[in-house]
Amino acid sequence: MRILWYTRRHAMLSCLAWLFACLPSPGLGQDTTAKPADNAAAFTQALAGLKADDFDQKETALRQLVQVNDPRVLEIFKALQDARLYIATQSGEFIYLNEDTDPPSGMKVLNGDKLADIDPAAYDKVSVNNQLRTTLKELIAGLNLHSPDRALRLAAVNELVGDVTPEKLALFNQLLTQEKDPEIAEVMQVAIAIADLDGTDSQAKIQALQRLSDSLRPEAYNRIKSLLAESGTQPDSSGVIAAATKALNNIDSRRERYRFIETTIFGLSLGSILLLIAIGLSITFGVMGVINMAHGELMMLGAYTTYLVQAALPNAIDYSLFIAIPLAFLISGLVGVAIERGVIRFLYGRPLETLLATFGISLILQQIPRTFISAQNVTVQNPSWLSGSWAINPALSITYNRLFIFGFAIVVFFGLLAIMKKTSLGLQVRAVSQNRAMAKAMGVRTEWVDALTFGLGSGIAGIAGVALSQITNVGPNLGQGYIVDSFMVVVFGGVGNVWGMLVGSLSLGTVSKYLEPWSGAVLAKIFILIFIILFIQKRPRGLFPQKGRAAEA
Amino acid sequence: MNNSVLRNVKLWSTAIALGVILQAAQAADTIKVGILHSLSGTMAISETTLKDTMLMLIDEQNKKGGLLGKKLEAVVVDPASNWPLFAEKTRELIQKDHVAAIFGCWTSVSRKSVLPVIEELNGLLFYPVQYEGEESSKNVFYTGAAPNQQAIPAVDYLMKDLKVKRWVLAGTDYVYPRTTNKILEAYLIAKGVKKEDIMINYTPFGHSDWQSIVADIKKFGSAGKKTAVVSTINGDANVPFYKELGNQGISASKIPVVAFSVGEEELSGIDTKPLVGHLAAWNYFMSVKDKGNSAFIKEWQAYTKNPKRVSNDPMEAHYIGFNLWVKAVEKAKSIETDKVAAAMIGLEVPNLTGGTAKVLKNHHITKPVLIGEIQGNGQFEVVWKTKAEVPGDAWSKFLPEDKNIVADWTAPINCGNYNTKTKKCSGQNYK
Amino acid sequence: MTRQPLILHLIRDDRGGQIFIGLLVATLLLVSISNLLMPADSVWHLSTYAVTLLGKYLCYALLAIALDLVWGYCGILSLGHGAFFALGGYVMGMYLMRQIGERGVYGNANLPDFMVFLNWKELPWYWFGFEHAWFAALMIVVVPGMLAFVFGWLAFRSRVTGVYLSIITQALTYALMLAFFRNEMGFGGNNGLTDFKDIIGFSLQSDSTRIGLFVASGVALLLGYLVARYIVTSKFGRVIIAIRDAESRARFVGYKVESYKLWLFVVSAGLAGIAGALYVPQVGIINPSEFQPLNSIELAIWVAVGGRGTLYGAVAGALVVNFSKTFFTGFIPEAWLYGLGAIFIIVTLFMPKGLVGLIKQRVVPVKAAGAA
Repeated sequence: MRILWYTRRHAMLSCLAWLFACLPSPGLGQDTTAKPADNAAAFTQALAGLKADDFDQKETALRQLVQVNDPRVLEIFKALQDARLYIATQSGEFIYLNEDTDPPSGMKVLNGDKLADIDPAAYDKVSVNNQLRTTLKELIAGLNLHSPDRALRLAAVNELVGDVTPEKLALFNQLLTQEKDPEIAEVMQVAIAIADLDGTDSQAKIQALQRLSDSLRPEAYNRIKSLLAESGTQPDSSGVIAAATKALNNIDSRRERYRFIETTIFGLSLGSILLLIAIGLSITFGVMGVINMAHGELMMLGAYTTYLVQAALPNAIDYSLFIAIPLAFLISGLVGVAIERGVIRFLYGRPLETLLATFGISLILQQIPRTFISAQNVTVQNPSWLSGSWAINPALSITYNRLFIFGFAIVVFFGLLAIMKKTSLGLQVRAVSQNRAMAKAMGVRTEWVDALTFGLGSGIAGIAGVALSQITNVGPNLGQGYIVDSFMVVVFGGVGNVWGMLVGSLSLGTVSKYLEPWSGAVLAKIFILIFIILFIQKRPRGLFPQKGRAAEA
Repeated sequence: MNNSVLRNVKLWSTAIALGVILQAAQAADTIKVGILHSLSGTMAISETTLKDTMLMLIDEQNKKGGLLGKKLEAVVVDPASNWPLFAEKTRELIQKDHVAAIFGCWTSVSRKSVLPVIEELNGLLFYPVQYEGEESSKNVFYTGAAPNQQAIPAVDYLMKDLKVKRWVLAGTDYVYPRTTNKILEAYLIAKGVKKEDIMINYTPFGHSDWQSIVADIKKFGSAGKKTAVVSTINGDANVPFYKELGNQGISASKIPVVAFSVGEEELSGIDTKPLVGHLAAWNYFMSVKDKGNSAFIKEWQAYTKNPKRVSNDPMEAHYIGFNLWVKAVEKAKSIETDKVAAAMIGLEVPNLTGGTAKVLKNHHITKPVLIGEIQGNGQFEVVWKTKAEVPGDAWSKFLPEDKNIVADWTAPINCGNYNTKTKKCSGQNYK
Repeated sequence: MTRQPLILHLIRDDRGGQIFIGLLVATLLLVSISNLLMPADSVWHLSTYAVTLLGKYLCYALLAIALDLVWGYCGILSLGHGAFFALGGYVMGMYLMRQIGERGVYGNANLPDFMVFLNWKELPWYWFGFEHAWFAALMIVVVPGMLAFVFGWLAFRSRVTGVYLSIITQALTYALMLAFFRNEMGFGGNNGLTDFKDIIGFSLQSDSTRIGLFVASGVALLLGYLVARYIVTSKFGRVIIAIRDAESRARFVGYKVESYKLWLFVVSAGLAGIAGALYVPQVGIINPSEFQPLNSIELAIWVAVGGRGTLYGAVAGALVVNFSKTFFTGFIPEAWLYGLGAIFIIVTLFMPKGLVGLIKQRVVPVKAAGAA
C-alpha cells in the first residue's frame, strides 16, 4: 500500500525529482508499471544516448535512464562505474564484458544472452569521467534507497546526506517511518535535520540544531557554519543563532578530541613500522653486537618475495601474504645465515669492520633485483581485506593496512620475546651474548647459535619487508630509506633490550606525529634525529641499558 | 649498447685511468650523439628508459641512411644520479668525444649542473622533461612542458569542467613543485580564489608516511566546496601517497588528484584499481589513438623485446627533439652548434598525438595539453585536450618578477632573459 | 729554524710519504705544463676535462687524509665526515654565489637567484660577510670546525665510542642532508648552489683558473699531509695512538682523553672543509646530496682500501677507488655496484691493512732480509 502511494507520488514529482533518483526497487516497480511498451522504447532510446562521445550527452542519457522504470538500469550503472560496459563496434549492441575469464566473456545488456569467448578488440568501452562517476554514484544511491539489502541502503543514505533538497525531504521523512535499522535511521535523521535548516520554521531549526550538535558529519558541520555565515549580523530574535553557535562549539570540541586520538593512532602506526624494521636489527646488533648494514636489503628481499608470490599466484592475492610471510622469513633468514657463515664470522670482535663488510653486502643485494627483475619499482597489490578503512565515526577512521601492521608488529614482537625467553635457542642466544667463552665451555655450540641468531634476525627483517610492501614502494632502494631510522630506534631503545625497543619505537613514532602538524614532516624528522643524538650523549646505552656483564661488551 | 660504444667508452676510461694522454681520435665518418642519462643510482628508474629510447631512435635513423651521409654513433655515459657528475660527463662528451648534440638530464638540478658547462663549451642539449621554466639558454632546447603547457591548462580544466573551488597544492620540496605552485597560486588568486581556499603542502623526497597529510587533505576537502589536489609529488613518494588516498577512502569523485609527475611508467609500479578517475596532465599519453603513436609503440616494444613495455611523455619529448635535431642538421648542412641552433627555430615536426611541434624563439616548443584519467589497467584515458598546441613560455606571465622578461634567440634580441622595460639582458654566461 | 728542516724531519722515516710527495709534485708540474704549454692538438696535451677530474680526485684524497687522521690514528670511525666536506663546500658555494652579483638571471645584485625566486626580500643574516674572500676562507675551516667541536664535545665527554659514534655521526649527516634539502633553509634546496662565475676575480671558465684550482688542490693536499704528519709524529700524536690502542689505560695514566680526541676531530673536520671548498669550484655545483650517508661510508672504504693509519695509504685508496669507479661505470654501470660491494668485503676480510699493507708485505720483508 505504501509503495503504491509512493509510486504515485513519484509520478507527480518526477519533473521536480529530475536531479534525484527516487525509484521504487526495480522488482516491485515493474509490477505497477502501466505501459511496458512505452517503457521499453524509452529505455532503448535513453540507452542509445550512452553511445555519444560527449560526456554531457552521456549524463543526460543517464538521467533519462533513471526515469525509466527498468530493472536493468541499476545493473547498467554499476557496469559503467566498473568500466565493464562495452559497445560492439559493428552492431552498436551493448554488452557487459568480463575480462576475468579466459578468454573474455560477455553478456548482452538488452536480453541477458551470454556470450562466451569474445574478442575485446571488437568492442569499445563506454568511457566515463569523474563528473559522470559522481552522477552515477548519486543515481545509484537514489536507486538503492529502497534496496532490501541493509548495507546498500546504508551506503545510499550516507551518500545522500547533505543533498536532501526540500523535494526529497518528504521522501526521507516517509522512508524513515519504515526504516527498522537504527543505524540507517540515525543517518536519515541527520540528513533530515540538515534539510530542516533550510526551512523557515525557527522552532524546527533549533530542534534540528540540537539533533546535529552531537553529529560528527562534515555535512552537518558545514551546514551549521554556512547557516551562521548567512545570518551574519542579524539580531538573533528566535534563538537560532545561539543554538547554532552552541552546536558548532560542541562539534568543534569533539572534533578536536578525535583529532588528538587520530594523531595518536597515526603515531602508533608509524611507531609500529619502526618497531617492525628495528626488531630484527635489535637481535643482530643488540644481541650479537654485529652492525648489519644490509638489514634494509633483507627487508627488501622480503618485499620482493611478496611480489614474486603475487606474480606466481595472480588469482590468490587475498591469501598472498600468508604465503609470503613464511617464505620471506625463510629466504631472508637463509640469506642471513649465508652472510653470517660467509663473512661475519670472520669479523667477530671487529664491529667497525662488520659495518663496512655488510655495507658491501648491501650494495650487492641491492643490485640483484636490478639485474634479475628490473630497476623499476614493482607492483605489489593490497589484498582486498587490507584495503579501505574502518570508520569508527565520521571523524575517526583507521585504515586496515595500518591496523594490520600494528597488530602484526605486536605479534612479531611477542613471538620474538617468547623465543628468547622460553626456548632453548633463546637461552643459548642469551648465554652466548653474555659470555661467549663461558657458554662455549658449558657446551653451547656457539657457532651454530651465531648462525641461527643471525638467521632469525634476518628472517624477521624479511617479514618486516612483507609488511612494508603493503604501504610503500617495492624497489631496489627500499631498504636504504629505513636503515638510518632502524638504527636510531635500536640505539634509542637500548641495545640488547627488546622492551626498550617497544617503548622506544612507539614513543618515537607518536612524538614525531605530534610534532608534524606543528613543524612539518621534514623538520619533525630532523628534530627527532637531533634529539636522539643528544639523547645518546646523556644515556649512551639507550633508554633501558643492559645491566651486568653484557654491558661491558 | 652497441659494441662500438662499449669500445669507445672503455677506451677513454682506460685512457683516463692510466693518465695516459691520448689524442682525441675523432672518427671522421660518424656523427656522435651524446646520451646523458643516469643508468645507476636513484634516477636510473626513470632515465634508463630514455637512454633506450635514444638508442632506438639513433638505430632507426641509421637504418634510414644516417645523417648528412654519415652514420650516427651514440655515446652513452652514466652520470649515476650524481649531480656534479652530470657536469663532468658533459665536459667529457663535448671535449673528448666531440658529440654534435647531447640528449639528456631529467631532474632540474642535473640540468642546472650541466648548464654552465654546455654554455662554456658551446654544446647543444635537448632536455626532455617537464620543468619549472624560468630559464632559456642559447645551448638548450626544452622539449618537455613549461608550466603553462601543463599546470595552467590542468587547473583550468578542474575549474571549468569539475567546478573545483578549493585547492590543495601538494608537492615535493624542490624547485619544480615550488615554482609550479607559486605560479598556480598567483593564477588562482587572479581567478578570484580566496587564500583560505588554497592549501599548500611540501614533503621531502621519498616521503612514505602520508597518514597525517592525507587526513588533512580529507578534512580540508570536507568543507562543502568541491576540492581537488594538484600534485607535484615526485616519483617514489607517489605510491604510498596514492595507497593512503585509496585506503582513507578519498576517491576521485570526491577529491580528484591531478598529478604532473605521474605517467605510465610510474603507474606500472602501482596497483591502479583504487585510483581510477584520478587525473594526470601531460602532453602525451600512450593511449592516444594516432598512427604515428601506434607505430612508435610497436617499434619500442619490439626494440625492448617486451610486448607490455609502456611509453611515456618524456619519451615523446625525446622523439620530437631528436627529429627536430635531425631536421635542423639537414637544413643547416652542418653539425656546428650555432648553425644548428639557428636552423632549429621555426622548424616543425609531427608529434605523436596527431599534431605538430614547432620550435619557438625561446627554445621551447609547442605542445598540446591532455588531461587523462587513470584506468584500472595502468593507462590513462584522455578526457580533455586543448584545441590547439600551446606555445611554451620560458617565463611565466603570472609572476610579477617575470612579467617583463622574454626569451628570444633571434636577432636583434638574442637573449634568454631580456627585460623589455630596462632593455637589458641578464644572466648570460657567454660573450 | 727555517721550514725546510721541519719538512725533512716530518718525512725522514716515512718512505711512503716520500714517494707520495715526489709523485704529487711531479704530477702537479707535468699536468700544468701539459695543459698550458702544449698545443691543443699535441699528443702531450692534457685536456681541461682531465685536469678537472684530477683536481677532484685530489680533493677526495685530502678528505681521505682527514678521515684517516681520526680513524687510522685514533680509532674514531666517523661516518659523517662527508658532512664537514659538504659544509666546506657550501661555504665556498656561498662565496661564489655572492661573486655572481648582478650577473644572475634576475639581475639582482644583493640576492642570489634562488632567493629572488622564492620571494626572499633580503639576504638572511647567515649569508652576511660571504662576499669577502677572506671571510669565506676563514669560514671554510671555522664552520666545519665548530660543528665538529660541538658534536665532539658532547660525544666524547659522555664517552660515546665505537659503533655508537659511527651511527650518530651518520645521523648527523643525514639530519643535515634533510635540513639542506629544505628550501626554507636558504641554501637553494635540492638544486643547491650553482652557475658560479668567478673566484677572487678569475673566471671559472678559463683554463688557467682551472689549472690554478688544480694546483691549489695539490698544494692543499701536500700541506694537509704534512700537517697530519706533524700531528701524528708529535707527542700529541703519540697520545692519540695510545688512546686508539687502549683508551681506558690512557685515561688512567692521566691524559684527558676527551680533549685529545676533540682537538683531533676538529682539525680533521677543518681539513675536510678545505677539501670540500676546493672541490666545489672545480665541479661547479654543491647540493645536499653531498651530505648523503652513502658518501661518508664510501669515504671510509677509500681509507680502508688504501690502508689505515698511514695517511699516504688513504690518498692511494681515494685515488684507486675513484679511478676504478670512473673506469667501471664507463662501460658496465650495472656491474659497478657488484664490484664496489665486493671491494668492501674483500678489503675487510683479506686486506685489513689495505693496499699499502699488501705492498709493504712484499717489499719490506725483502729489504729486511737484504739488510740482515
